[in-house]
Amino acid sequence: MELFSLAIKSIFIDNMVFAYFLGMCSFLAVSKKVSTALGLGAAVIFVLTVTVPVNWLLNEFILKEGALTWASASLAGVDLSFLRFIMFIAIIAAMVQLVEMVVEKFAPALYGALGIFLPLIAVNCAILGGSLFMAQRDYTLAESAVYGFGSGTGFFLAIVALAAIREKLKYSNVPNGLKGLGITMLLTGLMGIAFMSFMGIDL
Amino acid sequence: MKFLRDLLDKQKPLFQKGGKLENLYYAFEAGETFLFTPKHTNAIKGAQVKDAIDLKRMMITVVIAMIPCLLFGIYNTGHQHFLATGQTAGLWEDFGPKALLGLQLVLPIVIVAYAAGGAVEAAFAVIRKHPINEGFLVTGMLIPLVVPATLPLWQVALATIFAVVIAKEVFGGTGMNILNVAMTARAFLYFAYPAQISGDQVWTYLGDKAPVDGFSGATALAVAYNAGVEGETVNTALASHNSAIGAGLFDFANLFIGWIPGSIGETSTLMALIGAVILVATGVASWKIIVSGFAGAYLMGLVMNAFAVNKYMEMGPEYHIVMGGLAFGVVFMATDPVSAAQTEIGKWIYGLLIGVLTVIIRVTNPAYPEGIMLAVLFMNVFAPLIDYYVVKANKKRRLQRATV
Repeated sequence: MELFSLAIKSIFIDNMVFAYFLGMCSFLAVSKKVSTALGLGAAVIFVLTVTVPVNWLLNEFILKEGALTWASASLAGVDLSFLRFIMFIAIIAAMVQLVEMVVEKFAPALYGALGIFLPLIAVNCAILGGSLFMAQRDYTLAESAVYGFGSGTGFFLAIVALAAIREKLKYSNVPNGLKGLGITMLLTGLMGIAFMSFMGIDL
Repeated sequence: MKFLRDLLDKQKPLFQKGGKLENLYYAFEAGETFLFTPKHTNAIKGAQVKDAIDLKRMMITVVIAMIPCLLFGIYNTGHQHFLATGQTAGLWEDFGPKALLGLQLVLPIVIVAYAAGGAVEAAFAVIRKHPINEGFLVTGMLIPLVVPATLPLWQVALATIFAVVIAKEVFGGTGMNILNVAMTARAFLYFAYPAQISGDQVWTYLGDKAPVDGFSGATALAVAYNAGVEGETVNTALASHNSAIGAGLFDFANLFIGWIPGSIGETSTLMALIGAVILVATGVASWKIIVSGFAGAYLMGLVMNAFAVNKYMEMGPEYHIVMGGLAFGVVFMATDPVSAAQTEIGKWIYGLLIGVLTVIIRVTNPAYPEGIMLAVLFMNVFAPLIDYYVVKANKKRRLQRATV
């Protein structure tokens, strides 16, 4: 039950995009078509679900203060948490590389459509944000897996909804100055208002 | 009539191409088509569309459907004031003064909303050189109906301008918006000026008179939520509430008819249903959205009953339908043909989720006693996605059927 409410919370209430405005670059750039948005969203779900628990292990057994006690008692005072950023990023980059190879092999069309944004998931702040939130909030291993999956799903929902709206926007008559990114920014804000409906729910 | 026609004809060359006021042509045209039926005829070549209903007729039908709500709201505004200040208890006593007070409070809001929104609309039409759309007729009426009568007029104007510009004009005007414009205006007010549009103090106009002893301006939803927190049965809480101004304020029947505090037009479920009949009979609104919206709220009420973690969840689901603005929102907001789902199956899903989300937000979210506003906005965001998948499923099914 705890885990379930954590999942709901990370999908809707603490939505990566609308509550923290993380992962904006790919959110804005790869949302022109629903099919590509689906691909990127799925990739983000996968990467988050894998990296958050892996980073949890890394954090728990190597980086945290006193984490190295299992190796030898003399290392109990060592605090490597200043290495968090770089270590987390390394894990994320490795995972993204894996996803990239899989996508290129099995879905070359999607690989072409995602272009540069697939490798750029590695520096997507939503992904690093997921791992850092995990460290900050002291999740357990199970919680961090659920949290990774949930916040990935939240991103997925957001980007797919935006892509469907943008496909519909083709029939709109947007002023020239606002075409493209301008109107998408405004849309993101309006979608943020809609997502406010869940903020404040205490699970 | 002849005089008006002559007057317009005399001015027309000024606004036409080459005239001095050429830039203001669309402002002129709006005035002209407002007064006289334009003599548009079908093109000789190309598609010939012959349909009696045009945008103007459609919009004015919606406005007519809202009139019961508006009239009711005007009288109710006055009635609530007289109740709260202990001047009269009977419903029809002091009919004249009540109606007059209601008019005094509500009419300025309507006028300000129309003026502010109309000015923005006209400015955009002139700058972007497109005809002025009639869509604002509806929005300008919806905005006053979803705000409390005590709202400062400058906030009405600000919210209207914000919503018309950000939610509609930047997308290209009527028929191209993504979110419901009136709900965006209300959401803007809700997040920017919460003190004037939420809480217990804003729903009843008191003026300079002191309320009767023990008066509380809380809405039924707030009472029900508090009962849930305090572990009191909702029905008892509703029945005993505000006995200072006459028992039975929150009876089921009274909640249904709507002599209760709330936003101007949303209190009466009955009037919203009359509006629904007009809209459905004329084919302007989709009955699927209305039916599934109510069904969603009812079903979610039943689900809440099954869990029943607190007393609010134990409340009979029929109360969810008569309390707050659910009926008004489902009938007038959710059915907005632009921001709702366009496909037929999509409409069922869309309406159902609006009802479900409304009840979820009401019961679980302490920040919002009423959920319909954000539920409609939330589903507006997801309506294109629902359509996308319904269309995709359609394509798939028909491809399977096709034989080459």
